[in-house]
Amino acid sequence: MKHLLSIEDLGADGLEHLLTLTDRFVEVSQRKVPRIPALQGKTVVSLFYEDSTRTRLSFETAAKRLSADVMTFSVSTSSANKGESIRDTVETIEAMGIDAIVVRHKAAGVPLQISRWTQASVVNGGDGWHQHPTQALLDCYTIRTRLGSLRGRSIAIVGDIKHSRVARSNVQAFTALGAEVTLVGPATLLPPSLEGWPVKVEHEIEAVLGRVDVIYLLRMQMERTTEALVPSLREYTSIYGLTDERSARLADDVLVMHPGPMNRGVEIGPSVPDRPNTVITQQVANGVAVRMAVLFELLTGERS
Amino acid sequence: MTTPALAIRGGSVLTDGSSQPVRADILVVDGRIVAIGGSVEVPSGGEVLDATGCVVGPGLVDLHTHLREPGNEAAETIETGSRAAMLGGYTAVVAMPNTTPAIDSAAVVEQVLRLGRTAGLCEVLVAGAITVGRAGERLAPMAEMAELGVRIFTDDGAGVQNNRLMRRALEYASSLGVTLAQHCEDAALSEGGVMHEGAWSARLGLPGQPSEAEELMVARDIALCRRTGTPVHFLHMSTAGSVELIRRAKADGLPVTAEAAPHHFTLTDACLAGYDTVFKVHPPLRTDTDVAAVKAGLADGTIDAIATDHAPHTPETKEQSMLDAPPGMLGLQTALSLAITELDLPIARVFSLLSSGPARIVKANDRHGHVSVGRAANLCVVDPLATWTVNPAALASKARNTPYAGRTLFGVVRHTVFNGLATVVDSTARR
Repeated sequence: MKHLLSIEDLGADGLEHLLTLTDRFVEVSQRKVPRIPALQGKTVVSLFYEDSTRTRLSFETAAKRLSADVMTFSVSTSSANKGESIRDTVETIEAMGIDAIVVRHKAAGVPLQISRWTQASVVNGGDGWHQHPTQALLDCYTIRTRLGSLRGRSIAIVGDIKHSRVARSNVQAFTALGAEVTLVGPATLLPPSLEGWPVKVEHEIEAVLGRVDVIYLLRMQMERTTEALVPSLREYTSIYGLTDERSARLADDVLVMHPGPMNRGVEIGPSVPDRPNTVITQQVANGVAVRMAVLFELLTGERS
Repeated sequence: MTTPALAIRGGSVLTDGSSQPVRADILVVDGRIVAIGGSVEVPSGGEVLDATGCVVGPGLVDLHTHLREPGNEAAETIETGSRAAMLGGYTAVVAMPNTTPAIDSAAVVEQVLRLGRTAGLCEVLVAGAITVGRAGERLAPMAEMAELGVRIFTDDGAGVQNNRLMRRALEYASSLGVTLAQHCEDAALSEGGVMHEGAWSARLGLPGQPSEAEELMVARDIALCRRTGTPVHFLHMSTAGSVELIRRAKADGLPVTAEAAPHHFTLTDACLAGYDTVFKVHPPLRTDTDVAAVKAGLADGTIDAIATDHAPHTPETKEQSMLDAPPGMLGLQTALSLAITELDLPIARVFSLLSSGPARIVKANDRHGHVSVGRAANLCVVDPLATWTVNPAALASKARNTPYAGRTLFGVVRHTVFNGLATVVDSTARR
């Protein structure tokens, strides 16, 4: 595997392989000195055109625990602000001698475009509304740790599916691993077409509460009300929010997940994060191990 | 102007009104066709062009060319665009007004016409802007521009959004003997969209432009055409719904015409799967159903012209993200070949769509769109069975943004004759 651009490229076997590999790095992360020399001498660049504290820190921590050198290219301090094209930026970075580039960009497809302009491995750290494959991997890993397997499980993804790279990646990953996925949201927050998506759709969260094993909540952004996608956050919460009251009716073993950052009181009730089977912090913890597995696989695995 | 006599020998000639080409030679003297016949005598000093295996048709006329000058000479100039045109078999192109400054005044019209004449490779006609700066707020001086020969006006690149202003523009233009052409795109519906809204945009995570963004403005302008009687030309029609609206408007006898771009009858939104910005274009590449409807419209006369929407962009500007890269693709050197390769139409209909149809719309049909004795010798000689492979680096345009790189197409332009002068001979520019 040369790049990690999309969950679709991995397939079920690729997903299983990376999840199994992640077990090793969870073990490393639990050591007193959580560092191994696997990627000594390798250089990983994080090229973030869009703000992201947690994903960038997670990748950089993963790279450091593998003893790679880490360079951070952040757009606010870079020449991209001076009008340099993406291709020119990539060629400049490449000239410094690098092995992997972790890319985040507001536009879908930029990691794939960059993979055509560089010899380095490219990891998609989130591209527009398209894909966030390491998020999907860490979500699958978290569910597997708690429920044993995704096969036959029922998972609801609730909220702004249309603008969500997390939703697109997770639909592909969850269904590839045998889960059944229901998307829950108003038509304005669903993709314009679901042709070819192996999912069911519901238009209120109540419809899935009693029958799912996992409720995956997406962040509801404030600006969606000004775009006339929902009338108000209050109405959104009343129909789609996992409120404290709804959460109290969930069976204890139902997992509640969220990719962060949360809007407490909007998509998630104030006390829901503190519920025993709300696994949001475990998602974050597993994120580092999953990204170690991805970097290890790309930089030491068989090159095709 | 006296030019050497020119004979085109061995080809099949598509004379005016004929449904198929007939074996004949053509003699051109002083810029005009003086004889069409079984074999013609060439005066001494005259040049002979071999047209064996070729169809000799009228020089092509492009209703929709972005020459980028003035303002963006890094992407194209009137000279380089004219060169691409003549190599593509064109003898006339209509320069779109979305330049910097926009072609919204007599002064800029004169500048573009002069640069076109100076290049001298094909006739450069001008489309004037409907509104000042193409900003959609105040009417541009259409009468002053019409005085200089401008016969078509458009704010291309954007549609005139304000219904009241568009009504006024059509009313004002009704006495000028001109046509208003619309880039049909409701800006509120299309805002932010970088491709067709549908299954592919949903999967690729890219914001889409729904078909209705185009169709609503087509419907509005048909209604305003019905009220004002001013001829309306619909630029680059891309959806099945638009084609049907125009079909009905024509059945009602309204003075509407329409064009389609080659990419809208050859490519679909599935081409965006690799996030290659060369496929980003407005209106966007649509679905198989839309492609079939555009082809049907070209076949049954609903669509009157194939127009390239030739839109050069420098590599640096195209090497941006799908959100940031500008829309548009090259077209002048591939249009005829794509029509021959992809449309199952008689060659006479192909020339009607690429030459006589557009010549009528832009009212240049006194000098373009004909092959008959006494007419100006503006001719395109094409070998429809020969093939060539599109190599972006070998195109005459300054830019390289063709979506057909590597495609092998039928239809090689062998010679182009502009005002009696051979400008392209054996597929090579002579000037």
